[in-house]
Order: sequence, then C-alpha cells, then structure tokens
Amino acid sequence: MVTVSSVVCPVCGCLCDDLEVEIENGRIIAVRNACSVGEAKFLNYWKHRNKPMVRKNGELIEVSIDEAIRKAAEILAEAKYPILYGWSSTTCEAIKVGLELAEELGGVIDNTATVCHGPSLLAIQDVGYPGFTLGQSRHRFDLVIYWGSNPWSAHFRDLDRYSAFSEGRFQISAWRRAFAKVYARIAAKKMNAASKRTAAKYAVSPPFGSELVDTLLREDRKLVVVDVRRTATAFKADYFLQVKPNKDFELLQAFRVLVKDGELDVDEVAGVPVELMEEVVDVMINCRVGVLYFGVGLTMSKGKIRNIEAAINLTKELNARTKFHILPMRGHYNVTGANVVFAWTTGFPYAVDFSHGYPYYNPGETSVVDILCRGETDASLVIASDPVANFPKKAVKEMVSNPLIAIDPAPTPTTLMADVVIPAAYAGIEAPGTAYRMDHVPISLRKVVEPPPGCIPDEVIVKRILNEVRRLRRG
Amino acid sequence: MSKALLIKNGIVYDPLNGIDGERMDIAVKNGVIVEDVSGKDIEVIDASGMIVMPGGVDIHAHIAGSEVDAGRLLRPEDHIKDVEPKTPYTRSGVGYSVPSTWTTGYRYVRMGYTTVMNPSMPPLEARHTHEELNDTPIIDKATYPLLGDSWFVLEFLSRDMIEECAAFVAWMIKATKGYAIKLVNPGGLETWGFGGNVESIDDQVPYFNITPREIIRGLCKVNKLLNLPHTIHVHTNNLGKPGNYLTAIRTMDCVKDLADGERAIHVTHCQFSSFKGVDWATMESGADAIARYVNMHDHVTIDMGQVIFTDTTTMTADGPFQYGLHLLTGNKWVNHDVETETSSGIVPFRYRPKSIVHAVQWCIGLELALLIKEPWKVFVSTDHPNGGPFFKYPDVISWLMSEKARKTVMKKMRKAALKRTTLPSIDREYTFYEVAIATRAGPAKALGLENKGHLGVGAIADIAIYAINPENVNPSRDYKLIRNAFSRAAYTIKSGEIVVKDGKVVGYAQGKTYWVDVEISDEAMETIKMLGEVFKQYYTVEFENYPIPEDYLAASHRIPRKSGI
Repeated sequence: MVTVSSVVCPVCGCLCDDLEVEIENGRIIAVRNACSVGEAKFLNYWKHRNKPMVRKNGELIEVSIDEAIRKAAEILAEAKYPILYGWSSTTCEAIKVGLELAEELGGVIDNTATVCHGPSLLAIQDVGYPGFTLGQSRHRFDLVIYWGSNPWSAHFRDLDRYSAFSEGRFQISAWRRAFAKVYARIAAKKMNAASKRTAAKYAVSPPFGSELVDTLLREDRKLVVVDVRRTATAFKADYFLQVKPNKDFELLQAFRVLVKDGELDVDEVAGVPVELMEEVVDVMINCRVGVLYFGVGLTMSKGKIRNIEAAINLTKELNARTKFHILPMRGHYNVTGANVVFAWTTGFPYAVDFSHGYPYYNPGETSVVDILCRGETDASLVIASDPVANFPKKAVKEMVSNPLIAIDPAPTPTTLMADVVIPAAYAGIEAPGTAYRMDHVPISLRKVVEPPPGCIPDEVIVKRILNEVRRLRRG
Repeated sequence: MSKALLIKNGIVYDPLNGIDGERMDIAVKNGVIVEDVSGKDIEVIDASGMIVMPGGVDIHAHIAGSEVDAGRLLRPEDHIKDVEPKTPYTRSGVGYSVPSTWTTGYRYVRMGYTTVMNPSMPPLEARHTHEELNDTPIIDKATYPLLGDSWFVLEFLSRDMIEECAAFVAWMIKATKGYAIKLVNPGGLETWGFGGNVESIDDQVPYFNITPREIIRGLCKVNKLLNLPHTIHVHTNNLGKPGNYLTAIRTMDCVKDLADGERAIHVTHCQFSSFKGVDWATMESGADAIARYVNMHDHVTIDMGQVIFTDTTTMTADGPFQYGLHLLTGNKWVNHDVETETSSGIVPFRYRPKSIVHAVQWCIGLELALLIKEPWKVFVSTDHPNGGPFFKYPDVISWLMSEKARKTVMKKMRKAALKRTTLPSIDREYTFYEVAIATRAGPAKALGLENKGHLGVGAIADIAIYAINPENVNPSRDYKLIRNAFSRAAYTIKSGEIVVKDGKVVGYAQGKTYWVDVEISDEAMETIKMLGEVFKQYYTVEFENYPIPEDYLAASHRIPRKSGI
C-alpha cells in the first residue's frame, strides 16, 4: 500500500491541496482531509467509465480510440462554424491545445463561465476587481460576508480552510472562540451551582465566576450572510439578511448609500429592515479587513452583471473607509484556469470567436448559448462539462441536432446524446496538469493512479484531434 | 540546427567588444557566433549598407503572469482596436498595451529584440508566469520573484539572520525558477495588507519590526552572498509621488557601503521616482538631481521608464500606489493582495501631452538618459506597459538620437510644463554606439548574461539587422527613418535561425527560460527544512506543492552559481 500526500482535489474552486490518498493495487482505497464530495470523487472515479464510441445508424457503437478521434476530426474539419465548449474541469495544458484547435478551425471556443460567472467577468471589465489570495482571508480578515453563496453546502472546506473558521497570523479561529464560549458557559454554570450549595451552608461573599469573562464575549471575527433563504451557512452567521428574490441590486445600492453616510428614506429595502442594514454597515466600516464573497445568487438573479458591478463598487467604496476585498466563489475546479488561459492566448476570458482569423469577443453574440439559440452553428465539441444537462432546452435541442463530440471520463447526459464519445482520464487523479484555484493561485494536479486502459488525458485527445484536423485540411 | 549563416558586410555595433561601426562579417554556426564558416551549405545575408547589432535585451517589461493577465482580462477595449490575424508562421492574437502572449513574442522579434525580462512575479503564482512565458514565442526570457515583502524575508532580516535569509532566497529563486531578487515598495506591500503604506525608507513596517532600509540592505547582502548574476532590482518606495526623488537617492545611497567596487543596486523605471515638488501643482523634474547622483556613484544602474503619450495600462506590484492612481483618475481598478508575499494593482491610464504632469514625466525619462554621462548605467525601457507599450521603443530611440525629434514632441506641451524640466536645453544626441549600449549591451551586462548582448565568438547568435546606413543617414535630422528602421528589423536572427525578414515573422526558434540555480550547503538546507515545517502556518498551499519542477518550463536554461553559504 502506498500513501501519497499533498494531493490536490479536482472538484471545486477551493482546490484543496492537502489530501492524503492511499493506493493499493493501483486503486485508491482511502482519502484523508477531503470533504465528502472530494472523497466521493477519489473513491468512485474508477466506476462507470466511458468507452470510445461512434453513433452508427442511431446507435452508439464501441470503436477503437483511433476511429473515434478520426471521426471527431472529420466532423470538425467539415464544419463551417463549430463550437468548442466546456474546459472547466480539465487541465490548463488541455485548454491551451483547445484554443489552438479553435483557431485552426475558425470556430468559437467558450467555457462554463458563460452560464455561471460570466456576469462577474463582464462586471470586472467595467469596474475592476479589488481581490486577494485566500491566505489573506485566513490571516487578516475579521469580517466575512457571503452574498448569494452558501459555502457550507457548496465549497465545504472553504469556511475552515480559508475564511470564517480558519486561523491565521492575525486572526484566531471562530471555532476556537465558539468552543471557548461553550466551555466557559458550562464552567460558569458549575461554579454557580457549587457556590449556591456552599452559600446555603455557609455565609460567603457572592459567587464569583458567574459572569463570563468579557474577553470571550469580544467578537473577533464576524460572519454575515445575505441570501434569499436561511442557508446552512446562515445558521452560523452573526448576521443574516434575508433579501427578497431578485432584489439584490436594490439592497447593494442601498448599502452603498449607507457606506457613504447617506440616509435612506424608507424602513426596509428588498425585505431587509434599514435598522439591521445600518448595524451591518457599522460592522463593515469598523472592521480591520473585510471581504464580500459572492456566488451565483448574484450572477444569475435579476440584474446579473449589474448586481456584480454594484457589489464591486460597494467594495471599492469601502476601501475609502477601511480595507475591503471581493471574490467570486467559482464552482468548477479549473474554470478560473480556463479564463486565465483564454485571456493570455486571446486577450479574452470566454466566448472567443476565431472565424475572422483573429480573436473576437462579444458575449451575447459569441457566447455559445446564444449561438445555439440562434441556430448558427453546425457542430459541437464538448469537453469536461455537461451542457445537455445544464443548458436551456432550446440550446440543447440545437446542439444535439448537429454532430456532437463529447470528451468525458464517465457517461453523462451529454455523452449519451453524442455522436462521438472519447473516454478521458480524470485530471488530478489519472493525469497531471495545472489548475487555478478560485483566487487565481495555480497548483499542479498530480497523477496518483494509472487511467483505465483506453482512457487518455484530455490534452492528448485534443492534440490528436488537432493533428488529424490539420492533416485533413491541408492534405 | 546545424545551419550555417554568414552576415556579410554589415556595419557592426558591438559595444561589449568595443566595435563602433566597423564593416565586418559575422559568422554563425549551430546557433552560436563563430570565427568563420566554410563549406557549401551556408546561407548568406547581404547586410551591406545596414546596421548589425546584437539582439535587443529588455531589462524590465511586464509581459507574463497573474498581474499581466488580469490586465488583459480587464481591458477588452484595449484589444479590439489592435488585432493580429493568424499567418502560416504565427498564432493569432491581440495588442495593444496588454498584448496576448503569442503577439508579445512576435512584436519583440519584429523590432530586433531577442531577450526580455519579466520583472514582477508573485512567487506563489510563479506557475502562472512560467505558463505564459512558455507561450511567449521565440524570445529568451527570465523573471524576477518579488521578495521584498515576503514574511520569511522580513522575519529573518529583522533578526539580522542574513545567512538564513540567503538560504531561503536561494530556495525561492530555484523553486520559482527565477532570475533575480525583485523589491517593490519594500515594506509598503505588507503594510498594504491592512490598507496602509510606508512613506520613507525609515518607516516601520507594522508587526514586523523592520524598515524598508533594512529590507533593501539585507537583500543586497543576500544578493552578494548568493553570487547572483544581477543586482537587486528595486522599484522604490513613494513611487509616483511629488518629492520622491529624495527617496530614490536615499534608496541608492543606503547600499553604497555594500558595493565593494561593483554594482549593488538597479533602480528600475527611474522616471517614476524622479519627481521634485510637494504636490501635483508644484511637481517638477528631479532628473538632474538623480543624474548627478548616478554620475558620481558607480554602484547604481537604472532604466528609464519612459512615458509615451497614449492610452496604456499601469500594472505594478505596488498595490497602495495603484489604489492611489485609481482615486486620482477614477478609472477601473484591479487589486490583488498575495498572501505572505506581495500585492499588485492595475489601472488603465492615458498620458496626454497637454497635461503638465504627464509632459514633465515624458521629459524626465529622456533627461535621465541624456544627463547620465556613462551609457552603461542607463537603459531604455518604458516599464511596459506602465509608461507605454514596448513596441514604441523605436520612438524612444529616435528621441534619444535627435534633438529635433524631441522638440517636435515638446511643441505639443504647455510652456508651463517645459519650465519644470531641463530637457529643452539639452542638445546631446545618442550615437548608434550608445543606442546599442542602452538597448542591448548595457542591459545584458547589468543582468550578467554572459553570452548575450554582444557579437563576439561564443555568443548566442541573437542578431538584429536594421535597414539604415549610418554613412548616408543623419539620425538627428532623419529621425523618422530611424524610428521606422528600428520598428521593422530587416532581419532578426534568434539562436542562429532567421525569424524575421523585413519586419515580418518568417520562422521560429525555441526561446528559453533562464533561471538561476544557486548551490547551497547542507547546513543551509536545514533552514529550508525548518521552513517546510511551519509553511502551512504561512501559506494556504502545501510546502511540497510550492516549488516548480524544471520540466514545467517549455525550454529551460539553467544557470548554476556557487554561493557563499
């Protein structure tokens, strides 16, 4: 049995890199330090794997990997305006080749930000982005706000690895504070009971230790949650603001007014009492360093890009009073990497069109959901993503009515509807490569076991398709 | 390639070998300059009537890494006005002030530049820098890790543990595949973690019991102990603040006693640190004071940080300065505080000739280059993209060589601006020899790159040929010809491969990433082991995951050094 430590978890934007994995007979049998989702991936990766398949006469038939790659290349080489989509759950090395392929084909390449944090990227392009790496959160931040994001259920280790419950050079953990309070209360109770018993027998001065030591009551780190319902994270918060659905923009703008010492003429905004807002603003202004983490609650509710703009502007304006940061909670473990690689290769983070021979970017025009809904494409390649399960129905219908190539380790609704299925190795388990954490820190994923026979790394698959496309087009 | 090349009859400028406009042949074989070539399979380039120089060496340009990429992402409007279509030899891409990586490499070689140093790498995000450098074609490159605010450095230096600090720095440079020690606003970036800044080199850095002076001196000592090829590379405190010329001089002076007769410090983009005055209304040029200091002291080198009148993007590791720029301009602002190490900030910026401050800044860069007598001390740069895009270097060269060119630009400025600088009274004009020093030989020497920046036997065959004949051209009068010739090299040769002809990319060569591997004793390694045990308390990544393996670099060029520890 072999133990490998410092393994990087390829699931969510936390990109935890302290996992320990036990391997026996070439298979992972135990994982330590991972959350339940990470553990599930490391223990079940070997199940239900794809085989190379091509659809013939309406049925997916198993073929050799060479035939599948050749068929994929034929489809793409013949297409006039293919879309290459996904890229968020694979390595940067694969994404680099994907961009080269899109350029060769003159097609469109897009990643999952297009249905997730695309509005955040657009807002950043408008107003900027006061950001940080997660260690700063651990060491310095004494005010943590989650808006439209529920890390307790989505980024499981975020709270105690990076934020409200973590420990750093200048911040002690809230867990320790919470435990200390609990123990102190128990101890105070016991002392009270004991001194009452003795007071009954003897005349003694009033019991001491019946009050909690005030240092324990001093709040070192505060957690604020703003959400449409009381999420699991909200139960742990010092302040919970329940915002009416689709009213986040109003609430953010109202906060901006209060931060600038303005006054609101109303009693409540978006369902939140102004008195509560004023208390929270007080906490914001008086904090040492604060942060606003936000998620799809803001990016995909009414306002979208305007919500994020308002959130970023609020953060910028708070920097005039104190030190404040903002961070989007990215979902896929390498969607940040996709944005990063796209940007250095083409200048743009997603929705890049190469049909003119140079990179062109205009979300709404060059984003794949819009292209599909307008029926403008004639072939798709999907990798490390599952659009058939996630995209709007109209887009899915269009996608499956054209030739569809799917590259994935395991069956998904997308692979089941595809015309070509190419089995990939799991990045971070069976294939190495680079991934970017949601705060833009790059970490190298490890290969800890061999992939099943016939499954190859995404980078190799895309490279082989590219070579075959070149051979077909240039003769 | 075992191809042989013969460049015949060119007018050669090779200052490191003392060649000043001699007509001679240059022979290349196997990517290296040789005494002579013979045999059948020789490609001949007829360079008659053309200038031959070593390939350009850029000592400081932000071309790769997290801060550059954040700048690219921030500014789609910068890209859509400047696109590069795909060609049989080149990938497509975009410009303008924050070009995509492929475009960056091609635009450098089109100007005859073959080596570029990326000056600002947050060590935690070193992989990002190297991934981008891997995708920056043809040119050789290296990068400087930011160490001036690293918690380990601050803790060691505040306790005067120089040798332990040196061990850590040696490990860092190897782990991040870096080339030199970079300091940006030393002490200020850690203070910015809580929203503050330092205002002089003797300010205390909160919680760390150290001052910028101690950081600069400590790292200067470390640099010497480790025998690194370049000196410490410093972006001074108080950058961009009126009156900061005093900080710059004090910074240069604070390591004077450590020099031992050699260079001890490189102050980068010195223009931004050369302001006199007390506020923006009274701001004026302090270049004469800086130049006077540099003329009298041999332990300093600088690069210009020349301003170009255009819409560009400022990006530096100086988080607090960038925030200040955001407040000044109201432009969109990106900030990125990197745990335990450093920070960065990005703000788009337009320099206008009618602005008095911008005009004075434009003058300062040129004043520095023209008032400093020794050309081996001052190098051409725009601190790309902070002062302006790198493909404007030919403009800078034309301004250095021609008073008339400078006057043409100064005509656009207000008289009130011109009163605040000595530039209108300067008539010095650079010769081709001096240009070759300022853009090639000088930076190569300051960087300790032994096989670059010259055309002697054994040098790497990085050669630029420009279609300009010094015998027929008067650069002072015909500055436009100079600018055009330096914008489109007649030929650029990289490691013996012809990669550019007539300003177009026609070939490919694998550029290498240079990095320094300092040998340290086993005792020194003990310090590193100890750090490994506390690493998790400082960082959110594991110690084992921090260093970059050599094969991460597409083409690695390892430079071994023996150290004093």
